[in-house]
Amino acid sequence: MSTLETTNQEDEGATRRDFIHVAAAGMAGVGAVGALWPFIDQMNPAADTLALASVEVDISKIDVGSAIVIKWRGKPVFIRHRTAEEVAEAEAVSLSDLIDQQSDEERVKTGESKWLVVVGVCTHLGCVPLGTKSGDDRGEFGGWFCPCHGSHYDTSGRIRKGPAPKNLEVPEYAFLNDSTLKIG
Amino acid sequence: MAEWEVVKPKNKAVGWFEERLPVLSLVNNVVGPATPTPRNLNYFWNFGSLAGLMLVIQIISGVVLAMHYAATTGLAFDSVERIMRDVNYGWLIRYMHANGASFFFIAVYIHIFRGLYFGSYKAPREVLWMLGVVIFLLMMATAFMGYVLPWGQMSFWGATVITSLFSAIPVVGESIVQLLWGGFSVDNPTLNRFFSLHYLLPFVITGVVILHIWAKKISDSGNPLGIEVQSGADQIPFHPFYTIKDAFGAGVFFFILAAFIFFMPNALGHPDNYIPADSLVTPDSIVPEWYFLPFYAILRSVDFPLGIPGVIEILDAKLLGVIAMFASILVWLALPWLDTSKVRSGNFRPMFKWFFAFLVVDMFILMWLGAQKPEGNIPLYGKFATLYYFAYFFVVLPVLSRKEKTLPLPDSISSAVLKPAE
Repeated sequence: MSTLETTNQEDEGATRRDFIHVAAAGMAGVGAVGALWPFIDQMNPAADTLALASVEVDISKIDVGSAIVIKWRGKPVFIRHRTAEEVAEAEAVSLSDLIDQQSDEERVKTGESKWLVVVGVCTHLGCVPLGTKSGDDRGEFGGWFCPCHGSHYDTSGRIRKGPAPKNLEVPEYAFLNDSTLKIG
Repeated sequence: MAEWEVVKPKNKAVGWFEERLPVLSLVNNVVGPATPTPRNLNYFWNFGSLAGLMLVIQIISGVVLAMHYAATTGLAFDSVERIMRDVNYGWLIRYMHANGASFFFIAVYIHIFRGLYFGSYKAPREVLWMLGVVIFLLMMATAFMGYVLPWGQMSFWGATVITSLFSAIPVVGESIVQLLWGGFSVDNPTLNRFFSLHYLLPFVITGVVILHIWAKKISDSGNPLGIEVQSGADQIPFHPFYTIKDAFGAGVFFFILAAFIFFMPNALGHPDNYIPADSLVTPDSIVPEWYFLPFYAILRSVDFPLGIPGVIEILDAKLLGVIAMFASILVWLALPWLDTSKVRSGNFRPMFKWFFAFLVVDMFILMWLGAQKPEGNIPLYGKFATLYYFAYFFVVLPVLSRKEKTLPLPDSISSAVLKPAE
């Protein structure tokens, strides 16, 4: 003996309604998440910011033994024209002496080992290390020295002493010709 | 919660409005004559309303500053200097806002430590307390972004260091940092969004403050004895008794604030922030504002990885430091369950008292350490100070909850504070 009400609840009526509720709420949820994405992604680097992502530098005026700093993506980049001794020193270091193990060859372009290009941001807390200008303190390993918390980098920009965990980052770059370097 | 008492204004027009939107009743029942309040509140109970007043001052002065400020890297620093030199009373309004931030934090810190000592986080006030922690976190975010806006050296490098913290998150860290920056370093998009959020968050804070006061209305104010109100004899109406006491306290507090604004407006700031931001030159040392120093000290003190040395590394040092810093505040959310002692007030907890006093000292030590260059013994002291900070919450409070012999509580507020009848 079943009334209309109990039929609706026990048989298909109620479950079909439940299904519609769940499906509708689910669709609304998917829609809400989809609508959220543009509001998150707008924070990522915009097209014009990305367009400025590479720069070309004239390196013909950098004397042997000196370095310049240029701005790339808002960060300083050090371009160093290393002396033969500095290159030899960087290549001679055994990997086991390094905190972040990387050979000098991995950090320069083949045949262009006199040029060292690194992002001038200390890998500890983001300060700009000293050692690019002549007269700067270059630290105990002749490369760079970060005055904030005392990290020492060698002539290959590798971390040798101090709190920084990693070597100075090598950006993507290419030699367009003898005097032009493209970073990014 | 006390009974809701409806106001029936004599004036017909006011009465007509009151029937439709009972604003007067609301005021009456939250800070008015119909708000019974424990009769024994001491001056530590002034700092809630003071913090509220500071929020109002910050919003008013901030809205005015925004009328003259340009949130673009090329103009930001100069527009702030223009406010200082050319805008009528601009110097006054900016100094109010800058020192006001510090005084907002002073009021809130005293308010928080009042709660820690008198057990304001215990039942039935857990949600009230947790909303307070949310307000504090929002305040920290707001203050940090506000400090970036003048686009001085400390603004820029503080923003760089703090946003870089998120790079410690495994896998997605770098992407999150780029998302926060809107580029590849702290730059114009970063400044722009920080300004937008710095304007928005105070109103979010206002919203949470309303919830905070609502929760207070539900559970009623605590009091220095930490015992429940039992009868009308334990209470006095909020108005006029505490409105006048709060007003007096505000007078004293603003007197000191005015001394800073007029006689030493830059004492709490860092001189390097009067040097325009330069992404190629790092200042000698990057120091956060004083109110962030204890947490900054904790961040720097944890410079070791989690794991077994040489065997396994579960969390690297940078990430562990960041986790420790956030945990040092988030642990407050768990307080109601870490301190299960039935006695709320520290006045009746002879051992707790000492550990609490040392926590306060520890906070000042951390604050001092945060401002030092991490050389010599400073990192070692930092580790001890950090260790005590966490031990207080995770060891001292749970152990004391079980072991401490507390002093007998008085029968009622009125019997404890009223002189016996002659």
